[in-house]
Amino acid sequence: MAGLGSDPPFLSVSVTEPVKMGTGMQAYISYRVSTKTNIQDFRETEKIVIRRFSDFVWLHERLMECYKGAIVPSLPGKNAVEKFRFTAEFIEVRRKALDVFLNRVTAHPELRKSVDFKNFLEADEDIWAIEKTRSTEGSVFMKKPMDFMQMLKDAGTRVSDAVMRKEKVVEEIDPEYEKLKHYILELEDHLAEAQRHAMRLVKRQRESGKVLADFGKAIQLLSQCESGSLKQALADIGDRADELSAIQQKQGLELLLQFEEPLKEYVGIVQYIKVVMADRAQAYREHQEHFEAYSLKKLSLEKQKLLRPDKAVDMEADLQLSKSQCDEAQARYRRLVNLMNQDMLRFQEGKTLDLGLVLQNFARAQAQLSMSTADTWGTLLPELSSPSMAKEGNAYT
Amino acid sequence: MMGSGEDDAQQARLYTSTDAMESLPLEDHPHSYLSTSDYRSAMSGGGSMLHESHPLAASPEQPLNMFKDSFRKGFQETGRSNSFRDTMIEPPSYADAIFSPYLADDSNGSARDLGVHASPSFTSSSSFSEILQVRVTDPEKVQEPGSSLVPGGTSYMTYKFTTHTNIPSYLGSDFTVRRRFRDVVTLADTLAESYRGYFIPPRPEKSVVESQVMQKMEFIEQRRLALEKYLARLAAHPVLRHSEELRKFLQTEGRLPLQPTTDIASRMLDGAVKLPLQLFGESSTMLSPQEAAQPARGGRDLLRMFKELKQSVTNDWSSGKPFVVEEDKDFLEKKDKLTDLERQLSYASQQAEIWLKGQQEVGEVMGDLGLAFFKLAKFETENTMVPCQRMFAADVKRAATAAVKASRFYRESNAFSVKNLDELHEYLGLMQAVHSAFSDRNNSLITVQTLTQDVASLNKQIEKAVAASNKIFGGSKSQNRKIEELKEQLKNTEEASQLANKQYDQIKDRNKSEVERFNEERNRDFMNMLRGLIQTQVGYSRKMANVWTKVAEEAAGSSNRSSEASSSGFSTPS
Repeated sequence: MAGLGSDPPFLSVSVTEPVKMGTGMQAYISYRVSTKTNIQDFRETEKIVIRRFSDFVWLHERLMECYKGAIVPSLPGKNAVEKFRFTAEFIEVRRKALDVFLNRVTAHPELRKSVDFKNFLEADEDIWAIEKTRSTEGSVFMKKPMDFMQMLKDAGTRVSDAVMRKEKVVEEIDPEYEKLKHYILELEDHLAEAQRHAMRLVKRQRESGKVLADFGKAIQLLSQCESGSLKQALADIGDRADELSAIQQKQGLELLLQFEEPLKEYVGIVQYIKVVMADRAQAYREHQEHFEAYSLKKLSLEKQKLLRPDKAVDMEADLQLSKSQCDEAQARYRRLVNLMNQDMLRFQEGKTLDLGLVLQNFARAQAQLSMSTADTWGTLLPELSSPSMAKEGNAYT
Repeated sequence: MMGSGEDDAQQARLYTSTDAMESLPLEDHPHSYLSTSDYRSAMSGGGSMLHESHPLAASPEQPLNMFKDSFRKGFQETGRSNSFRDTMIEPPSYADAIFSPYLADDSNGSARDLGVHASPSFTSSSSFSEILQVRVTDPEKVQEPGSSLVPGGTSYMTYKFTTHTNIPSYLGSDFTVRRRFRDVVTLADTLAESYRGYFIPPRPEKSVVESQVMQKMEFIEQRRLALEKYLARLAAHPVLRHSEELRKFLQTEGRLPLQPTTDIASRMLDGAVKLPLQLFGESSTMLSPQEAAQPARGGRDLLRMFKELKQSVTNDWSSGKPFVVEEDKDFLEKKDKLTDLERQLSYASQQAEIWLKGQQEVGEVMGDLGLAFFKLAKFETENTMVPCQRMFAADVKRAATAAVKASRFYRESNAFSVKNLDELHEYLGLMQAVHSAFSDRNNSLITVQTLTQDVASLNKQIEKAVAASNKIFGGSKSQNRKIEELKEQLKNTEEASQLANKQYDQIKDRNKSEVERFNEERNRDFMNMLRGLIQTQVGYSRKMANVWTKVAEEAAGSSNRSSEASSSGFSTPS
């Protein structure tokens, strides 16, 4: 994909303006997809189209099918309880997730070349419907699009089983790849554990904030039973506790969004890699099967040439077919491995960058939380540390 | 740990400052370390108040190592400590790394001020030229040989009570005795009798548990701590510390030479024997004035007890006024205030517990997260297939270290905050003493009123008898004898009444001065508590902030160095 003139090629995509369309059971949300680009393959430099969630799902499945081996970015969840489908919060969360999805596809060196992707971005309404049907027809897999989560689960099991040698499968013997498979499985566990504890932590920190408010109130009540500087001190502590409680709860919520989501996402990515591994095993198997079939046919042909040379001619054509199938399967397998290797590298680099940033933000958020705590309580120190405070006890007599 | 002469002076100096940092060397007393299941007992019974030291105190006399060792020991030894899994990952020197830099780089200089108020309640700073320290140690089981009643014998625990003092009336400076819990009960009871009107610290509770439980280490340790605390409170009371009863308890070897008046069985018999005689009006066993002046407690004098009960009921129901000293509005006000205070103390104590428990949990989860990060970092290091994983591992490890540090800070901060807020709990316990003292006053008043009535009724009886005998000139011998008897009784009763009034006044005075003292000391103790709490919270929060800020800065620095790529395409593009 070359850019116009000598400018570096760019492709910028955004998802905006969700609009409710239709009524009743047929109602759905449509999104505005805006594209700006200087890449020549695109018909226009700027384009706006309207797409709905099912369109995104279609694109997602096409990418998964056509780019086996690549780590395709994930879509937000399809399942939504009916009544929550149209709440403002849900719509916004989904819009954002779709925006992120398209941008990731844009950033992927292979996926962004996808014809389906291009059509998705620039096909007008009337053409769009046709394009969708056309490419789906040509697809090998005509069955109903599977639930994504289910696919992850199945793949996960298959891979784990294979790694555990539970099934007798035709497996490629590649020590490096074996290492990678084990690595992915274990990585998933470690990331999942870290994510679990991160969630627990944030939840506890928020709860602690709430409880602090109750403590503050109790201290204020106590203040009413005392007098003099103690009364004042207690009242002030009660106030600060209240303030701090609000701060802690607010910061806790932000922490949740910043920290929990990215970790969850990476766990999801690792789970998808397992799908890729399953696809790879499948492609390998298919190649092997075709190769065996071809080898068998070749052998019989040789035999036939000796026994009945006249029949051999018919078999030649068949053999050729078998060979080309075998070659196709091999090409598919190699392409998959290629994509996978590229994406594994990108994955590792991405993991380092993204999660590094996540950890940085986490540290910052914790620092902020602790500083707020220190500062809020700190305002009380002058009052409490003054030695004259201790002597003022005689308000009672 | 009894000091020599130099230590005395040193310790005396320490006690005179209100922010006394107790720098007594720590024995193997575990900190009141919290396990989530044992929180309450940790709050109430854990942690000898005298022997704690705040790690943040730049107390020159306190060598840091001593504290650190015992602190760590406390972690590992007590059964109540949390599963301190960190100790498996971190070598002991890690603790050094935590504490020494803490003192060193606390640039605010607030380390000096960071003090846990560790003294028990009622520590009056005025009388601290006088020392009375009591340690309770060395629990030992004593086997009692079988008797005819209890075949096979029973056993009980004794504890060593070691005293160090310079109070003149003690005639000596160091002594040791062995006592059992029953002796402590006796001590408490005798004090209650002799010092009515004072706010006498409540003794540790008797435990209604099986003898099996009694033998468990944890129970024994809890009791030992509770005993030590109790003795400390007694020793801190300006009046009680000089009591004969306490001295005998601490000094007299062998059997405790205190009269147990709470021997229910014999008292019941005692009173029951007298009862029929009294009922039939032929009580030749007249009480001495002293005895009469005492309120009829327990079974000793059932009849009088009934009478006094009737009197109090009469007062309650007939007069319609609350049965208290009505001329002293001031007292009533104070009493109400204290009732209010008690309620709020209870509530505040509860909320404090909940809050701190939550903090504890945050610390635990932070530790879990740290461990998970460590595992992840280790895994990445051991399974490196591409170079960038090394940087990732480094980032994760950095976060892991910080999280574990923060976890430790949370838990330490909590331990100190619990100690601080324990003061609330202490005072709640002391309210019991207040109630007793007010109740002493009440009972004394009842006695006064009873005796006043008795005097009045005796006078009437004498009048009647005299009038009757005057009708018959000279009167019969028996009549005259009766009059003489009545007059004798009247004399005794009047004496008793005077005594009772004296005692009542004494109790009133004691109440008054105790209320003042209570308020003053509470004021001071609570201010110290609040100061300690806030300083702890601030100190540890700042520490945590520093740790996390460093991580964020280091992370930002290293990512600047190596980042050239824009969005990786996997996560949110920048």
